[in-house]
Amino acid sequence: MEAPNQLIPVEDAPGEFVINVGPQHPSTHGVLHLRIKLDGEQILDIEPHLGYIHRGIEKMSESLGYKQFIYLTSRMDYLSAHMNNQACSLIVEKGLQLEIPERAKVIRLLMIELQRLASHQLWWGSAGLDMGAVSPFFFAFREREQILEIFEETCGTRLTMNYITPGGVMNDLHPSFVKTVKALIKQFKVNIHEYDKLLTGNIIFQKRTQDVGVLSKELAISLGATGPVGRASGISCDVRKLHPYDGYEKLDFKEIVMHKGDSYTRYLVRIEEMKQSMHIIDQLIDNIPEGDFRVKTKAVIRLPEGEYYQRVETARGELGVYIVSDGNKSPYRIKYRTPNFSNLGVLQYIAKGSKIGDLVAIMATLDLIIPDIDR
Amino acid sequence: MLSGLMSPGLVVVSEALIVGLSMIMLVVLMAVAMIYMERKVAGFMQLRLGPMRVGFWGSMQAFADVLKLLLKECLTPNGADKLLFSLAPFIVLVVSFLALAPFSFAPGLQMWDLNIGVLYVSAVSSIGVIGILMAGWSSNNKYSLLGAMRSGAQIVSYELSAGLSIIAIVIMCGSLSIHDIILSQGDGWWIFKGHLPAMFAFVVFVIASTAELNRAPFDLAEAEQELTAGFHTEYSGMQFAMFFLAEYTNMFIVSMIGATVFLGGWMPFHVYGFEAFNNIMDYIPSVIWFFGKTFFILFLIMWFRWTFPRMRIDQLLKLEWKYLLPLSIINIVIAAFITIMGWHF
Repeated sequence: MEAPNQLIPVEDAPGEFVINVGPQHPSTHGVLHLRIKLDGEQILDIEPHLGYIHRGIEKMSESLGYKQFIYLTSRMDYLSAHMNNQACSLIVEKGLQLEIPERAKVIRLLMIELQRLASHQLWWGSAGLDMGAVSPFFFAFREREQILEIFEETCGTRLTMNYITPGGVMNDLHPSFVKTVKALIKQFKVNIHEYDKLLTGNIIFQKRTQDVGVLSKELAISLGATGPVGRASGISCDVRKLHPYDGYEKLDFKEIVMHKGDSYTRYLVRIEEMKQSMHIIDQLIDNIPEGDFRVKTKAVIRLPEGEYYQRVETARGELGVYIVSDGNKSPYRIKYRTPNFSNLGVLQYIAKGSKIGDLVAIMATLDLIIPDIDR
Repeated sequence: MLSGLMSPGLVVVSEALIVGLSMIMLVVLMAVAMIYMERKVAGFMQLRLGPMRVGFWGSMQAFADVLKLLLKECLTPNGADKLLFSLAPFIVLVVSFLALAPFSFAPGLQMWDLNIGVLYVSAVSSIGVIGILMAGWSSNNKYSLLGAMRSGAQIVSYELSAGLSIIAIVIMCGSLSIHDIILSQGDGWWIFKGHLPAMFAFVVFVIASTAELNRAPFDLAEAEQELTAGFHTEYSGMQFAMFFLAEYTNMFIVSMIGATVFLGGWMPFHVYGFEAFNNIMDYIPSVIWFFGKTFFILFLIMWFRWTFPRMRIDQLLKLEWKYLLPLSIINIVIAAFITIMGWHF
C-alpha cells in the first residue's frame, strides 16, 4: 500500500490543475474541503482538509457531568443521534454496573433501528441527488418524515433527540407509538420497491456505481473502514453481532456482508440493512415488556477510577467511546472513535484515477457526515 | 390600405418588426409556460404540488421570478474577461432565436419558407456552443471551464445523431423544406408511415436532442452536484436569466423539430383512405395539433429529467460514438432502401 501524497504542490504540471471541492459544495454534504488535482476530468490526487466544523466536543465533555456530556454526542453524527447517546449511556452503565429494565432495552432497540432506517433513507435520497436524480430525494423524505414524526411524539425533538440516558430512556413511549410504527413498517415494505425501481434497477445508476471506487478487503481493514463500507468489502464488522449490547443477541437478524467492494455493493448493503432493520422492528414491536422505562440514578454520577470502552454500531459503522475516569464527576479524558473519520480515510485511495463524476458517486456511497469527522 | 400610405421599404421593415416582436413574445410566453409546466411536472413526480402561492395554482410564479432576476445586479467576477463574459449570454440567446425562423405554426403561418429549413435549424443551433464555451472560459472559474469543455464535447458529438435521425425522414420525404415535410404527412405522420426506421429515428432524435440541450440525464455541463452549475456558475441576474431563457427556447425548438419532422407539425392525424375520419380530425384547429405535439415532446424531455440519474462524461461519449452513431448510419441505409423500393406509404 503506497501512502498518498501529503501535500499537493500548488505549481501544476502542464495540463494539470487543482480545484477545491468545498468547504461549500453541494456534494460534500457539509463543510468538507477536498483539494483535488486533476488532469482534465481525471483525478490524480485528493487531499481532504478537515477542521471546518471542529467544535471540541471531546474537550467540552471533560468539563461536563456524566449525565450532561451525552447531549453533545447528538451533534456528532446527527443522523445517528440515538446510537451516539446509547454508546455513552452504555459506557456509564458499564462503569456503574447498572442493570437497566427490559422495557428500556427494547425501547432503545426500537428507536435505534428506526433511526438506522431514517438515516439510510436520507442517504438513499441524497445518493440519488448526488448522481443527478432529484426525485429519489423526495421519495426518501416521505418515509423519513414519518419516522421523525414518531421521534417527535415520543422524544420531543426530531434530530438531536437526547432520548437515551444512563439508566434507560428519558420518558415512556407515546401511546400511539406501536400503532404508528406498525403502519410505517407496513407502508415502507411496499414503498421500498419504489426505491428499487427508481435507482437500484436503473441502468444509468448501475453504470455509474458498478466497479467505481473499489475498496479491497485488505485496504478496508488497514484503514479501519467499518459499517456498510467495510461490510461491502467483505469484512464482518457488525458490532451488533460481534459484541451484542442491549439485547441484540436475542434477536434474529442477518449481518449483510458482500464482497465486491465497489460503490454499487455499498449501495446494496444499505438497502439490505434497511430490510433487516424492518425485520428487527417486526420482532420487537409486539413484544415490548411492561415495567419501568428507566432506573433511578444518582443526581451526580461518579464513575469508579479506571478506563472504559464501549462500541456500538451506528448507521455508518463502529462508534467507540473511550473514557478515562479519575473518580470525579466528569470524565478525565474522553475520546470518540467515529466511523466517518475512518471511512473518509478510504477516499483518497479509492478515488484516485477516477473521474470527477465518480468522486461524487464514491462520496455518496461512503455516506459521510462531516460533523462526525471533526467532532 | 396602410401600404398605400407607406413606401414599399417601410412596409417591409414594419412587417419584419411586427413578425419579429410577435415571435419574441411567443417565445417568452412559451418559456414562461414551460417553466411553469416543468415545475408542476417535477412537483407531481416528486409527491408535492410545485408552486402554489403566486396567482392561481402558482401560475404567476414564473413572472415573479423573471421580475426578481430583472432587479438583481449582474455581477462580474474580478478576474473575468469582461467583454466575453457579457457577450456570451447574448450569443446563446440570439442563436436560439435565429433558429426559430423557418418553423411553420399553422397552414400558411411561416416566417421564412426556406428550402433547406431543417438544415438551417440544425446548423444555426450548433453555434450556441460557442457562447457556452465563451462563458466557461471568460468566467475565470475552473468549474465553469470544466462545464464548458464538457458541454462542447457533448453538443458536438450528439449533433451528429440528431442530424442523422432527421436525415432519415428527409430521405423518405425528399425535401429539406419544413413546409414540404409537413405537407408530405397529409396521409399519415412519418413516425407511422416510415415503418421501423422512422420510429428508431424518433427515439434517437429524442435522446440526442436531450443531450444537445444539456438536460438530465445528460446535464453534465451544469452538473449541479459535481460542478455546482458548470458554465453559468458565475452569472447572476439577467445574464443568468438569458442562459435560462435560451435553454428553454432551445427546448421549444427541439420539440418543434420533433413535432414537425416526425409527428406532422400542424397536420391533423390522418389515416390514408379513411375520408370521414380525416375530415373529423381536420375540424380540430391546427394550433391545437401543433402545440399539442410540441408539448408532448416537451413532456417527454421533462419526464427524463426528473427520473434518471446523470451519466458520466466517458459513458456519455461512449453512448454516442459506439452505439447511437453507428446505429443511426445503419438506420439511414435502411431508410434509403425503403424509399428506393417505395415501401413507405
